[in-house]
Amino acid sequence: MSHELRGSSAVVGVGLAGCGEAHGRMPLDILAEATHNALDDAGLKLSDVDGIFTGSSYHFMPALSTAEYLGIKPRFSDSSMVGGSSFVAHTLNAAMAIKTGQCDVALICYGSNQRTAGGKLATMSEQQIYEAPYKPRYPISSYALAAARHMHQYGTTREQMADVAVAARQWAQLNPAAFARDDLTRQDVLNSRMISDPLSLLDCCLVTDGGGAVIMVSSERAKDFPNKPVYVLGTGTAHWHRQITQMPDLTTTAAVDAGKRAFAMAGLTKDDVDVVELYDAFTINTILFLEDLGFCAKGEGGAFVENGNIAPGGSLPVNTNGGGLSCVHPGMYGIFILIEAIQQLRGGCGERQVENPEVALVNGNGGVLSSQVTTILGTEAVL
Amino acid sequence: MSATKERFSGPGPDQIYSDFLRKDVFSLPQCKDCHEFHFFPRVVCPHCGGFNLEWKTLSGKGEIYSTTTIRRKPERGGNYNVCHVTLEEGPRLMSRVDGVDSLDVKIGDQVTAVINKDGDDPFIVFVPAQGV
Repeated sequence: MSHELRGSSAVVGVGLAGCGEAHGRMPLDILAEATHNALDDAGLKLSDVDGIFTGSSYHFMPALSTAEYLGIKPRFSDSSMVGGSSFVAHTLNAAMAIKTGQCDVALICYGSNQRTAGGKLATMSEQQIYEAPYKPRYPISSYALAAARHMHQYGTTREQMADVAVAARQWAQLNPAAFARDDLTRQDVLNSRMISDPLSLLDCCLVTDGGGAVIMVSSERAKDFPNKPVYVLGTGTAHWHRQITQMPDLTTTAAVDAGKRAFAMAGLTKDDVDVVELYDAFTINTILFLEDLGFCAKGEGGAFVENGNIAPGGSLPVNTNGGGLSCVHPGMYGIFILIEAIQQLRGGCGERQVENPEVALVNGNGGVLSSQVTTILGTEAVL
Repeated sequence: MSATKERFSGPGPDQIYSDFLRKDVFSLPQCKDCHEFHFFPRVVCPHCGGFNLEWKTLSGKGEIYSTTTIRRKPERGGNYNVCHVTLEEGPRLMSRVDGVDSLDVKIGDQVTAVINKDGDDPFIVFVPAQGV
């Protein structure tokens, strides 16, 4: 018997706004425009929204500030904060809220002006008192330590990590909305300024502005909307640590558990997946998540991403919008991988469109490889 | 509701840890139930959930589990090391290796703990182990 949440709700609207640079605009301005676009896409009005799911680095009580700005009075609110993976996790919470009648129209939304506000990572994070004396750079040093260990343990190379950035750029070159679209070679990545060994500047994601919004309703209602519904087939969450020193094994993330849970709920396996959207804050992320989600064996992620295997024309389409590395990355990126997966399943992604995908996998990352959330989305064909 | 038990009275584990460092002792809680050490110090063993902990002095021996060099211009103080060290007793902590160029610090290197008391709050750094 399939899981009661499998396919119980569907996405009927998505919207983006302010991706790249949104001069003179505040985070909630960008969020509101993305929300407007998503509602327009779904043929709904703000007054139809009765459930709000959001996260923010700017607002201590994000659901309250966001609903206030939008002028809505939701009957269900969720500000669950698991970093950049929050919005992927919200698909599970929204599915549960819809299934149990807590809300009918769920709005998952985010906005950030990280780039034009000065490029610094906005954070309300508490200081990690047992790490602070050593002045690690957040978040890059944490990812650098994971990359160094992966290289040591499995022979992963900087060239292989560079190929992750090159593949992302090649996808970005097919996406007119991507921020970084110039030609990029493996050598360019290797030659870029070292920041925290072994990660150099071009191993790191962009810093942009941007916002996104996703509208979910029950599957029974989903067919009444203008767009082809995209069903939420399964979501799994997992976290094993907060600070990088508490990560049990720097080469294995909690995506191992999140992925298993999502696949179990969806009743699918990795062989059913047509397109993959991973949170690539740094090049090592893509390698770790491909391994942990089962697309290749532990330690073989470096070889898997080499020579264009995840680029356009490769064996597995990964990060088809250009990723956080080349498309958009405003502080917390999770909603953007969700939106790209939905757009791919709907079709109409232009040059970067994957051929007739039926199943998409999204893996959100939060903290410093801390929170992992996997969502599996599908078209009606796999419902 | 019962009154606070003796083992939860007095200063918490962070303060006890720092007080030990101020007395030149590197000490961490060990679980009396599963015998595992843990870092950072807590009132509960994160390995087994046990609450029977006792403080034990550590050997100070460790091994580099991972390492990074944070690049910084010389005029701003130059490059510096951030690493993870696995202690002989099991726990892993963030630290740095002093007395050697950060780029020469390698995973697997044997290191020895030193208590750094340059600032207000003492903390553990490492130096390359002698005779290795």
